[in-house]
This record gives sequence, structure tokens and C-alpha cells, in this order.
Amino acid sequence: MLAATIDAPTRTRPVLEVENLKAYYQMNYFGVSREVRAVDDVTLTINRNEIYGIAGESSSGKSTLIKTIAGAITPPLRVVSGSVKFDFGGSQLDVYARPKAMKAARWRHLSYIMQGSMNVLNPVRKVRHAFDDFAFRHMGLSPAQFRSRVEGHLKRLGLDPRVLESYPHQLSGGMRQRLTIALATVCEPEFIIADEPTTALDVLVQQDVLALIKDVQQRLGSSVVFVTHDMTVHAAIADRIGIVYAGRLVEEGPTDDAFARPQHPYTAHLISSLPRLGDVSRRKALPGKPPNLSDPPSGCRFHPRCPLAIDRCKVENPPLVSRATGRVACWRAGEVEVA
Amino acid sequence: MSVLLELQSVTKTFSIGGFFDRSKLQAVKGATFALDDTRPEIFTIVGESGSGKTTIARMILGNETPTTGTIRFMGEDVSQLRSRRRRLAFMARVQPIFQNPFEAFNPLTTLDYYLYSTARRFLGVRGAAADEALDKALNHVGLSLAEVKGRYSHELSGGQLQRIAVARALIPGPKLIVADEPVSMVDASLRMSIVNLFRTLRDDLGVSIIYITHDLATAYYISDRVIIMHKGDVIEAGEARAVLDNPQQAYSLALKNAVLPPDPTAARLALERRRSAVSAV
Amino acid sequence: MFKILRDLLRYNVEFLIGFVLTAGIFLFALAHFFAPYPDTAIYLLPPDMPPSPEYWLGTTSRGQDVLWQMSSAIWNTMTFGLTVTVLSRLLAVTVGMVSGYLGGKWDEALMTVNDTLIALPNIPILLLVYFVMRDQMNWPVLALTAALLGWNHDARLIRSVVLSLRHREFTRHAVFAGMSVPQILIRQHLPYVMPVVFFTAMNNLIWAIGLEVTLSVLGFSDINRPTIGGMIYWANQHQAIIAGIWWWIAFPIIAIVILFLGLFLLAISVNEYIDPRSRLSRMGG
Repeated sequence: MLAATIDAPTRTRPVLEVENLKAYYQMNYFGVSREVRAVDDVTLTINRNEIYGIAGESSSGKSTLIKTIAGAITPPLRVVSGSVKFDFGGSQLDVYARPKAMKAARWRHLSYIMQGSMNVLNPVRKVRHAFDDFAFRHMGLSPAQFRSRVEGHLKRLGLDPRVLESYPHQLSGGMRQRLTIALATVCEPEFIIADEPTTALDVLVQQDVLALIKDVQQRLGSSVVFVTHDMTVHAAIADRIGIVYAGRLVEEGPTDDAFARPQHPYTAHLISSLPRLGDVSRRKALPGKPPNLSDPPSGCRFHPRCPLAIDRCKVENPPLVSRATGRVACWRAGEVEVA
Repeated sequence: MSVLLELQSVTKTFSIGGFFDRSKLQAVKGATFALDDTRPEIFTIVGESGSGKTTIARMILGNETPTTGTIRFMGEDVSQLRSRRRRLAFMARVQPIFQNPFEAFNPLTTLDYYLYSTARRFLGVRGAAADEALDKALNHVGLSLAEVKGRYSHELSGGQLQRIAVARALIPGPKLIVADEPVSMVDASLRMSIVNLFRTLRDDLGVSIIYITHDLATAYYISDRVIIMHKGDVIEAGEARAVLDNPQQAYSLALKNAVLPPDPTAARLALERRRSAVSAV
Repeated sequence: MFKILRDLLRYNVEFLIGFVLTAGIFLFALAHFFAPYPDTAIYLLPPDMPPSPEYWLGTTSRGQDVLWQMSSAIWNTMTFGLTVTVLSRLLAVTVGMVSGYLGGKWDEALMTVNDTLIALPNIPILLLVYFVMRDQMNWPVLALTAALLGWNHDARLIRSVVLSLRHREFTRHAVFAGMSVPQILIRQHLPYVMPVVFFTAMNNLIWAIGLEVTLSVLGFSDINRPTIGGMIYWANQHQAIIAGIWWWIAFPIIAIVILFLGLFLLAISVNEYIDPRSRLSRMGG
């Protein structure tokens, strides 16, 4: 298995290093130029065998961030500066310096679990074909070997191999989503990107899917980047979380610390506004609205909505600085009161 | 007591399938409940997709006709409102809030068109009087006409749009608002502003709200009474805290346990419980 | 309006080319009002003259100047095509939208008429009309007949657009905002239908002009009124190709191809501009 081929020193290296990544949508249309700074100077590392949660609201740039990490960018999105480097089993891979090598690594080393299972599974073809299309050429196995490998993988995930002969519409939404997870993990990749995989699912199914992702991750020892706006999902599954606001990483740290002692007022708000069963005390809503990325506020982008904002926040962008357990970008970090 | 809304053994059957294999789907199987006119409340219908909760909402709004049973709004059978005049009189008192605020407004039409149309049709006012009515309704949701006039839906956030949708629904002075999953598409930082708004409407304006959701946490947070639906059946009904604190049915208990607590230790534990429950099967 | 035109001309190459081609042809057609000879007069000039400084595009075997004949012909053909297009668009939009939005009995009745018309073959019907009308046959009658035959496919297309819009949340929202059916159709749905109308208008215009050319080439129209098809008809009658009078046929065909190309480029670029969704997607929302 793959784990055996990795020698000890490389195991300690982070699987992904993103440095000063800037990715903008640049458009010029009918004389109107627009630049949307969807990813603005993001630096982060993701270690082996961890689940890294990326939290952020719609149009915060979190989807663009993972697109950029996966090297799946198309115009008008452009990487302006910075680097994305993977380390798969000791071999370095710079996504934007050598795009061809990246292509070969897809699905074998890096795979995706997407939100809409129907977008992955072709509705008019049997599920088996999806496995053939996505995974077969990456595995280097004979058709018979491949088939038994797929069936074995499904069994390990608690899925009946007979589903391979079904059409997607014959399966429930939860089953389809579990199949996309099986599909993404059949090559035993070191790095998995999960983009809102539970958002469209019913609550009961959502938990099963989360449990399955956690299961697979622990079995394979892979790293998972888990993107969702739902903070409770992060609480359940992420080892570390990064909070994205308006294209910037504003806070990052171990999940327990981020929930117990949020340093950034935005994080604090996200956590304290969550309703919980058995508690009817009034929860405060954040004033204002998420900023428009083509015309973001000056200084700290959160300052117009921030209860702690001071004059400095309006002019100076706070850098992401290391704290005891994580990093935070706020001039008044740690001063926030948690309800 | 006088009854605002009354459902009596309402069922709805859809026939589905193609030419050769027609089958029946019972979306709602005998729903009975009533809302009191004198005591405004937030009445929550909880269920997953396919539970029949949206079908009930559509029937209350008169968009679907019950297969059997009756729905009465202030004594009138909703399915018998045939003439446009009576439909308008009904719509002045029952207004909907839709799930996706970006879908609820036509992206090619200015937002105020919906507001002015409502004011003209239900209040019969135009011009300055309409402006005044709009501004008043928008003030209830923390906005003003100046912020909304001439804007298109893509210029505003989901939370703002949903507040505008609420403001529009308030213009005719309704007795009942039917809100179908009103916060599921709204950003997390804005979600509570909508949920809190419903409380304000109930307390300050005396509007009853039927809140339809799959999210037990917000249901617990704002509801007075709750019913839980599963595959068309109402499996549990009663005072919200009583039902949600101590569910009687296995399904409602599972639903409650599926709510992830916003606390890493407890959430991991919940997930772990689910994992062992699944692997035990 | 002027600003939109300026923006399109400045930033959209397709529009610029389409605009120049169409405007050129249009100005050329407009020039027939200043023609030195009446366009129905024949044997005014020496016949069969090749293009020369005196007769730029030569003369026909019937002693007409090809340049001025063409100018009138394009004008008449365009008038015919646009009349058919406007009439058939009105029919298609009305039938498609009413049928799609109201559904039920209305939909059934309208679509039965629609499908019956689709099943009818166009050319034989037009020939039948021609034989019935005989001497009373003039271009407005022909245009009306063509319009009645040319709306049905597009009505189905528009119906399907409205059918999907009817179930969108904003339509239900509009109903609860007290909007009447005409208000919903015109204010809410028409903007979505307009791109379909624009694009099908293009196809319809080409179809109508093609139909006119076909009928005229066969002589089933008012052959004394100069049209592009009519010119080819007379050129054929005089065996222009065999006689080597190539300019009599080549120039009308070149003109109609330029017109088609220009209209097509206009349609695609205008369509993109009026559809704010494609505009927004370019802006990255």
C-alpha cells in the first residue's frame, strides 16, 4: 500500500503548503473593468492525516480558494502571485510551476468530493461507469483487478457492491453522496477536497456522510480539506479550522480552541450566533452585509460590521500573526467576549 | 376562541410515474391542527425532504388543493376561493415567504416593483401614499425605502433580500405568514436577523407565522408549538419545548440526536455515536 | 440607447462588423429612393452591358441597371422579411406565453392548432394561396400567409421557457404581490422570452427571405416588383448564366449573403448584451 512506500522523514512534511496566494477574477467587459480579489494573500499549510475545515459565507472566496489549490482555475480567474505546493509521497509538486504534473496527480493523489452528487454521476449511465471513467486509468490495474478493488472498497465503506449496477436515479440522495465519497477515495489519495458535501442532504443522512468521511480519512491517513459554511459541521469533523472572510484568512487554529476561545470577532460571532437545542436566549445577529469583493472596505475588511472596530482598523489591514495555538488577523485579537 | 387557520384530516395524494406505471404518492396523510386568532404564535412544521411539509404549506396558500379534508382560513374553505376578488382578499391576509431569496425576486425586475404592486393591489394606494406604506413596512424589518428603491436582487445580500420579502408580505397587514425554509439559503452571519425578525413580528405586530424547517435548532429557538412530520404523517405535535426536549417517537429522537451541537467535544461525540450505531447495523 | 450602441460598437467586434455590414446594405437599399430610373421600367438602357464606369454593376438583358434594380430589390425583400418576422413573432410570443402560463385547456387548444400548422407543408400551402388569389396576389398577402406559417416552432420554444418560469419562486411571489396575469407575463416573463424572440427572429428573417426568394425564383409572386428572388427569376428566364451575364446573378447573391451575415452577427452580440445573466457571468457575479 501507499503508506508503506512513504519513508519516515517525508511523513512529517506538510502535504500542502500555500504561500501568499492571490487569485483574482479580472474582467473587462463593455468598458467596465472589474477586479474581484477572491483570494487575497492566503498562506496556509495542511498536515498529513488531518481534516482542515475552511469556513466562510457565500462569496467569501472559500470556493475560489479550493479551486485555486486544486489548480482548477479558468479565466477570468487568474493566479496573480504566490505558490501552491503539494508533497505527495516525497515528490514535490508545484501546481502553478508545472501544471502538467498536476494533471497526472489528479484523482490518484488528489481527489474531490463534490456537493451535487448528480453532477458527478451521469444520470443515464450505471454507477459502475463512473468508477471506470474517473479511476480506472489512474490505478494501472487489469479490468478484473480493478473491479474487485472497487467492490472491496465499497464493502469497506459499508456499501453493497450491487449498487454498481444501478442507475443514479434509482438511489437515494444519501446513497449517491456516499458513492461519490467512494469514488473519490477508491484510489486512496493523500489529499481530498470536500466542497460542501453535506449541504444539500437531510440531517440524518448528513451525519452518516460525515461519519463516512471521517472513517475513510482515518483508514487512509489522508488529509481532507473540508469546506462548508456550517460551523456545527466543522465542530464535528475538523481538526483545525480556517475562517475566511472577504477573500482573507482571518483566523486559524485547532477546532477546540477556535470554538472555546475565538480570537477574531467574526469567528466569535459565527459561533455565538449558533442556536442550540435547549437554549432560547436571544442570539444577536451581525449588522451589515458581507462585503462586495470587487469593492472591499479599506483596512480590515470586517471593520464595518465589527463591534470592536477602532480607527486603526479602517486604514490598516491587520496581518495574520501567530498566537499560542493558531493565527489571527485582528488588531484587537483576543479582546472579544464570548457569550 | 376564534380560529385563524384550521386543517381537518387533510391528505394530499399525487399520482406519479409515466404512462405505464402510474403509482400514487401520499404526500400528506391526515394532518389536523388549528391556529388561534387571538393568540399569535410561531407554529413550526419540522421534517426532512419528502415529509410533506412543503405540500402542507402549498395547500395552506391555496396553491394545491387537498385530496381529502378541508383547510379553513377564518372560516372560509381555502380550496373554494375561485374568483379573483376572493383570492385577493385571502392573499391580503395570508402571505408567503419563500426559501431562496435570490429566486424569490426576478433578477430582471427592480425589487420595489414587487412592493409597489402589493401596495397598489391590496391597499389601493399609489404615489406618495404607497411610498409611505412601503417605508413603514421596510422599517419593521430594519430597512428603508431609500435603501431598496431602484435596486436589483443581485445588488443585495440574501439576508437583506429575505428581509425585503418579509416587508413585502407585511404591506397588506396579513394575519398569517407561511415561511417555507426561509433561512436555509441565507448566510450564517445574517441568519439570526431573519429568525429574530419572526419573533418581532409575532410580538409587535401580532402576526402568526407558520415556520417550515428541517433545522431543529432554530425551531427550538423560536417556536411556540411544533409538529414533526415523517413521510406524510404528523408523528408528533405539541408545545415546542415539551416536544423537542422529550421526543416520544423513535424518529423524532433520531432527528434530535442528528442535530450537531455547536461545540467540538459534544459534536464529535454525537458523530461517534452515529458511527457506532451505523456499524452495528 | 445611444450609450448602449456606443458601448457595443466600441467593445464588441461582432457587433461592429455586423453593424457595418447591415448598415451598408441598408443604406444601399435606401438609395433606391434616389434612383435615376423607375424600378419597374424595362429596356431603358442598352441590355447586357458588363460592369463598367457607366453602369457599375452592369445592366440586365431587360435593359435595367443592376445597381439600381438591386437597391430596390433588397429594400423590397427586407420589407417582406421584416413584416413576416414581426407578425410571426407577435403570434409566437402571444400563443407561447399564454399557453405556457395558463396551461390546462388553453394550452391544449392552442397547442393543437400549433401542432396542426407544424404538420402542414409550407410551400404547397403558399402555392395554393397563390393559385387562389391569382391577380390579387401582392406582397402583403404573401407576407401574412408566410407569417401564419412561420410562428409555430418558436411558439413551442417560448411555451417551454414560460412553463419553466411558471414554477420559479419569483412567479409565485409575483402572484402573492397581487400582480395580474398580463403584468406577470409582460413584466416578469417577457424579459426571459426576449432573447428567444431575438434569436428566433434571426432565423425567421432568414427563413422568410429564403421563402420569398424561392417563390419568386419559381415565379409565384408579383414578378414585376423587383426583389432578390425576382431578379434571379428574370435572370433565369433570360438564361443569364448560359449567356455569360454573370453580374445579373452574382451581385444579388453577394448582397443577400452580406445581409445574412450582418444580421447574424448583430443578433448574437445584441443577444449577449440584453441577457444580463451572461453579462453577470462574465463579471464573475
